Amino acid sequence: MTARRLDKGGRIDRSRPVSFRWDDKTYGGFGGDTLASALMANGQTILGRSFKYHRPRGIMSAGVEESGAIVSVGAGARHEPNVKATMEELYDGLEAHGQNAWPNVRFDLGSVNGLFGRFFSAGFYYKTFMGLPPFEWGRGTGIWMQYEKLIRKAAGMGTASREPDPDCYDHVHAFCDILVVGSGPAGLNAALTAAEAGRDVMLVEQDFELGGDYINDPGAEAERTALIAAVERAGVRVLTRTTAFGLYDSGVAGLVERVTDHLATPDRHLPRQRFWTVRAGATVLATGAIERSIAFGGNDRPGVMTASAARSYLNRFGVLPGKRVVIATTNDSTLDVACDLAAAGAEVVLADARDNADAPTGVKLRTGLAPLVTHGRRSVQGVTLASRSGSAWAKASREACDLLLVSGGWSPVVNLSSHRGAKPEWKADLACFLAGPTEEPIHMAGSANGIWNRSDCAASGVAAARLAMGEQAEVVAPGGWIRPIRPVYEVRVPGTKAKAFVDPQHDVTADDVHLAHQEGFVSVEHLKRYTTLGMATDQGKMGNVIGLALMAEALGREVPAVGTTRFRPPYTPVAIGALAGRNVGHHFKPLRRTPLHDWNLRHGATMTEAGLWQRPWYFAREGETITEAYIREATTVRDTVGICDVSSLGKIAVQGPDAAEFLNRVYSNAFAKLAVGRARYGIMLRDDGMVMDDGTTWRLGEADFLMTTTTTNAGRVMVWLEELLQTRWSDLRVHVTSVTDLWAGVSVAGPQARNVIAASLEDGTDISDGTLPFMGVAPVTLKGGIQGHIARISFSGELAYELYVPADHGEEMMDLLWPAAKAAGGCLYGLEALGALRIEKGHVTGAELDGRVTIDDAGLGKMASTKKPFIGSSLRQRPELTRADRPCLVGIFPKDRSQTFNGGALLCATNKATGFGEGWITAVTHSPALGHWIGLGYIAGGHEAWAGKTVTATDPVRKGDVAVEIVSPHMFDPEGARMHG
Amino acid sequence: MTRFTAWNVFWQGITGQKGWTRQWRDPEPKAHYDVVIVGGGLHGLATAYYLSKVHGVQNVAVLEKGWIGGGNAGRNTTIVRSNYAQPGNREFYEHSLRLWENLSHELNYNVMFSQRSHIALLHSPGAIDAASRNYNTMRRTGTPDAEIWDLPTLKRAVPHLNYAANARFPIIGAAVQKRAGTARHDAVVWGYARAADARGVDIIQNCKVEGLAREGGRITALDTTRGRITAGKVAFAVAGSTSLLWQMAGLGGLPIESHKLQAFVSEPLKPLLDQVVVFGMGGAHFYISQSDKGGMVFGGDLDWYKSYAQRGNLPIVQDVAEAAMSVLPCLGRVKLLRHWSGVVDMSMDGTHFICKTPLDNLYLNAGWNYGGFKATPASGWWFADLIANDRPAPMIASFDLKRFERGLQIDERGAGPDCKLHG
Amino acid sequence: MLRLACPFCGLRDHSEFSYGGDGSIIYPALDAPVQDWHDAVFLRDNVCGRQVETWQHVHGCRMWLLVERDTLTHEIHSVRPAHSELASTLEGAE
Repeated sequence: MTARRLDKGGRIDRSRPVSFRWDDKTYGGFGGDTLASALMANGQTILGRSFKYHRPRGIMSAGVEESGAIVSVGAGARHEPNVKATMEELYDGLEAHGQNAWPNVRFDLGSVNGLFGRFFSAGFYYKTFMGLPPFEWGRGTGIWMQYEKLIRKAAGMGTASREPDPDCYDHVHAFCDILVVGSGPAGLNAALTAAEAGRDVMLVEQDFELGGDYINDPGAEAERTALIAAVERAGVRVLTRTTAFGLYDSGVAGLVERVTDHLATPDRHLPRQRFWTVRAGATVLATGAIERSIAFGGNDRPGVMTASAARSYLNRFGVLPGKRVVIATTNDSTLDVACDLAAAGAEVVLADARDNADAPTGVKLRTGLAPLVTHGRRSVQGVTLASRSGSAWAKASREACDLLLVSGGWSPVVNLSSHRGAKPEWKADLACFLAGPTEEPIHMAGSANGIWNRSDCAASGVAAARLAMGEQAEVVAPGGWIRPIRPVYEVRVPGTKAKAFVDPQHDVTADDVHLAHQEGFVSVEHLKRYTTLGMATDQGKMGNVIGLALMAEALGREVPAVGTTRFRPPYTPVAIGALAGRNVGHHFKPLRRTPLHDWNLRHGATMTEAGLWQRPWYFAREGETITEAYIREATTVRDTVGICDVSSLGKIAVQGPDAAEFLNRVYSNAFAKLAVGRARYGIMLRDDGMVMDDGTTWRLGEADFLMTTTTTNAGRVMVWLEELLQTRWSDLRVHVTSVTDLWAGVSVAGPQARNVIAASLEDGTDISDGTLPFMGVAPVTLKGGIQGHIARISFSGELAYELYVPADHGEEMMDLLWPAAKAAGGCLYGLEALGALRIEKGHVTGAELDGRVTIDDAGLGKMASTKKPFIGSSLRQRPELTRADRPCLVGIFPKDRSQTFNGGALLCATNKATGFGEGWITAVTHSPALGHWIGLGYIAGGHEAWAGKTVTATDPVRKGDVAVEIVSPHMFDPEGARMHG
Repeated sequence: MTRFTAWNVFWQGITGQKGWTRQWRDPEPKAHYDVVIVGGGLHGLATAYYLSKVHGVQNVAVLEKGWIGGGNAGRNTTIVRSNYAQPGNREFYEHSLRLWENLSHELNYNVMFSQRSHIALLHSPGAIDAASRNYNTMRRTGTPDAEIWDLPTLKRAVPHLNYAANARFPIIGAAVQKRAGTARHDAVVWGYARAADARGVDIIQNCKVEGLAREGGRITALDTTRGRITAGKVAFAVAGSTSLLWQMAGLGGLPIESHKLQAFVSEPLKPLLDQVVVFGMGGAHFYISQSDKGGMVFGGDLDWYKSYAQRGNLPIVQDVAEAAMSVLPCLGRVKLLRHWSGVVDMSMDGTHFICKTPLDNLYLNAGWNYGGFKATPASGWWFADLIANDRPAPMIASFDLKRFERGLQIDERGAGPDCKLHG
Repeated sequence: MLRLACPFCGLRDHSEFSYGGDGSIIYPALDAPVQDWHDAVFLRDNVCGRQVETWQHVHGCRMWLLVERDTLTHEIHSVRPAHSELASTLEGAE
């Protein structure tokens, strides 16, 4: 290939020279170039290496179907692999490299693979690498995994950066009446028609210029500019550099807009790309058609490309891609190419596979011929043609050339319609698939519907817009060539050895397709999986139809008999970063902070994750470890007083005349007669009788309850209550409202709790045991007039209160409570100390209530009412759930009290070294009150069954075995004297 | 049948690949089979293979409505592991993994099972305890390769994860199964098909069951698009379509809902990730590995609503991409090449069924949730055992349809009787 | 993306909603026998085609809705409040 930049012509901006680097050398191009056109103009022919054989590859197309010139762009954290050079807009300072080659794409040691090509046929790797060669001796996976290491190194194309992507991506949501995809003659006319009729239209174009096929035809420039001006006047929202990559349900399209990829120095405030979710009333697909090649020997050699690509390089980029050109064609579409190349000074031979054909003046026409094999070293230097002999081919003459252009036919881009499940239909007379019928408002236009001439494309755009608007329109029939196409898919004569590629990027050859047939992989799905046809980064845009046709030929049947591949989104590959948008790094998931978050941090909290929440974990003093801190905190609570942020607990207002009845059905224990001003601990089950959640519910008034839930289950419980009220018990007059975020809440626990709180309340407020007994609830006013609620509830087992004030007053509350607590020798405590306190008491949390335990398992069976039915009361009676040997909640002490053990250890009878064991440990802590480590867990039969027996807590993944004793889960103050005090 | 060996690959290379024959025949259906397996996916083909190999059952057919392996067999993310902890699942998946380990040799087909480790990331002390319980159980029940890793060990093994201090969910450790890994899904389909075919099993493609003839408590014949076939025993292994056939047999409801699960693959890359990595935190769920071809293969949650459509929607695409970026932030410029979806049988407790049915000669294999691919060998093994002996072996005794009546829910997640929560 | 017409909020993306389950199930009385509860909780017709199902507009008005939808094509045929009284009130108002 001896391409050169012409002195004039093309759409490039010769006043804007651009400097870029290719494999560490500097080259020049112009504004309006693509990387491919600029490299071509600089005489670069080998730009890539193929996947398997590492064959040299050049530019094969001028669009998204490119499967030869695949390169890497950018450096460092911005290094992007697998970029199609044909789609990469040139900018000043662009840095690109060849990939999948060593030391470089021009000279690649990997090409030694090609020597073994005869063994590397389709699916050969399924037939070997299992064991020791030559007869696959051995067992297991060890030998395969050694081979696999080498295979993995050889496979892959580009290299991904190891650094986090430094750029940001945006998500945009949009709505329109009509989405038009593609801005060629059909798309522009469709958009114009709909917009002039008053519709809200979006027009998207993957290229950086509008016009589609107009762009490659200088003679159509006036028509193009006029149309674009009209489209803009009509108020169409136009997005260039934007690919509609997928169509989804309800008229939703996914688009990706490349915002800064083409800029040398992007504005820092711009995202690299935008991912658009567009909801369209109707969609017009004017997505064009893609020219395909033919399978013949050496059809992958640099210097072989699609015919239309040459026209694009010539007319759009001002590059004459070759001096001596052979065009191998099967259809009329190459006439313009031949004409333009000849006019630009190339010597052109048009080898038409048809017996009758026309040729423009200055072009040498030869009919009944097709390419058989190419010649040349680093790029094409000649082609041997074959002539038709009956239904086969015979070797004919050789033509010298430096550029071989091929047109095997055209494949309309029906991918997006196929995303919707519309099965493409084979149109034999046009030798292509057209979009199948669909009930959805999706309308094909232009060459995407097999319409080949420009005026018909324009008319079909108008018609598609009318249909999209719900009007009648005369549909333009597909076709439009003067002489019919004579499709050619493969050219071979007996004895030819050169590889004929069907899918050049993945090195799938015609022989591979034949072998697949021979081995029974005859359906399209099997063919593509066995040979990897169409699985490369071009997703089969160039090769799929050839593969299908070859298989059909082998079967002696028509193409549809092989089947049609369903296209999968995305149409062209989409950056994962764009799909993720801004929801990355610290913004990956919402972060929930309590109203006291900042206050806690100011007072020394270390936070921990609790679902989406962050909660104080511990409040270390200078030099303290977490263990020292939580032991001190828990000790302080038992000795004096501690304050803990419990704002994240779920809080649900349950209100209405039937609220008591509702709670009575939801909770396993009775709530109907709960007195106003009292709280009760409740357990709710799922329909299947397993424990769902627990918490206290406070009766604030006759028809007014405040339910608390665990932090983890707050959302789930809320949804559950709403479901019950709206779908099952719509007769109940109850309203539920989530008020979690409205309140800041603390637990104040310890012998001094009452004094600390009393000091913070308005003078004269009485919270003595008589007025506010255990499980009592009352409205209170804090100093400064802050209205709140207090409940005397204890999770720690101490005299304790939960105090809630409106979220905005949370810090004021803390500023009242904390000085009083500090004066009393108290502390702030976090989840770790809370855990220690509750484990000592045998109170359960999510670690124990893991969705697989019954209320009896958790030792709370007495809370299941026998006097009323409730959710789960029926299914909890199933036999497996009432067995006596079910694991039950127990306390655990180390036999040697100086030892520690771990949550997650299994509890096993000491003489049994294997098996599931008798139970497991859910949570452990050092107990300050008892002076040694303790745990909670489950064991078959409960603690009575294991009294006096030694059990092994086995933890082979971490710590090994520890001898333990099983005790009652109520390990500290079992009578509850402290909290009732 | 030409044996698959390095020698034959070499010899066929020399002699122009002429000696390779069809990997399985394309027979016309016979009028009668002793056993008809409906469903030419992985489980159906594996069942046919073991029926013939282990139980000597002759005259077996596998009926496939399209092309074998066209359903979930080719739509999954190819992960093989046995880190299930509940009794029943534990033994079953471990047996499956053991069969996987020698499957290539067993079938004389390289299924490319690569034991490259399965690594579940952990983010809190509570999560480490919960994982330890499961991995301790594994250690004590025949799975020696279960480990809990601390952060330095993890960093050495998997260097490119997001270890940044400002990560939304900082990683503090991992639960690791070293014998777990990935396999080439299509190869497993073809390997079982070829091996079953070689033993005389008729694999009949493009043969859709359109009706079932019942006489009393038996199915006597299947009406198919390729004619009526009478059968001694009938076995369903049709993930995604189980309820449809079940109702065709007049059997009513099942503890199964059809949901769709998407899968994703990126463009091929030079080696970046050597293990299967799993992330689950803050309501997200994500798993990723790199295929031998170099594509990053990943997936996440169900689309959350019931569906028989084999196509997914954007919200989950977005969720999965977010998780991908949070686990491997270097993936930002890596491009998604394809995404697709399969229809999975989600069961009420997240566990499958291999069992007898209310009809005497009908057997059911269904409800695989996310677990179908990895279960393939054991599923085929034990389903064949059930069909041949007409009684469930102890290994599969709890995988029956009556377990919910008894109160047995094999619920690895503790999610309760809501199919969509068992992903 | 499915688009659901919430009777209270209008046409919205399905990501604002959460799917409940089979809307044709009639849950038995709380004290009904175990078998009745078993069938309601565990057994599903798992319709391929048009089915009635529940969704909640969880990121909107939080109303539970009965949606008639095709599980094969995802086409939405109707949406009404699950709360029977609300549904008839709304329909009366139309």
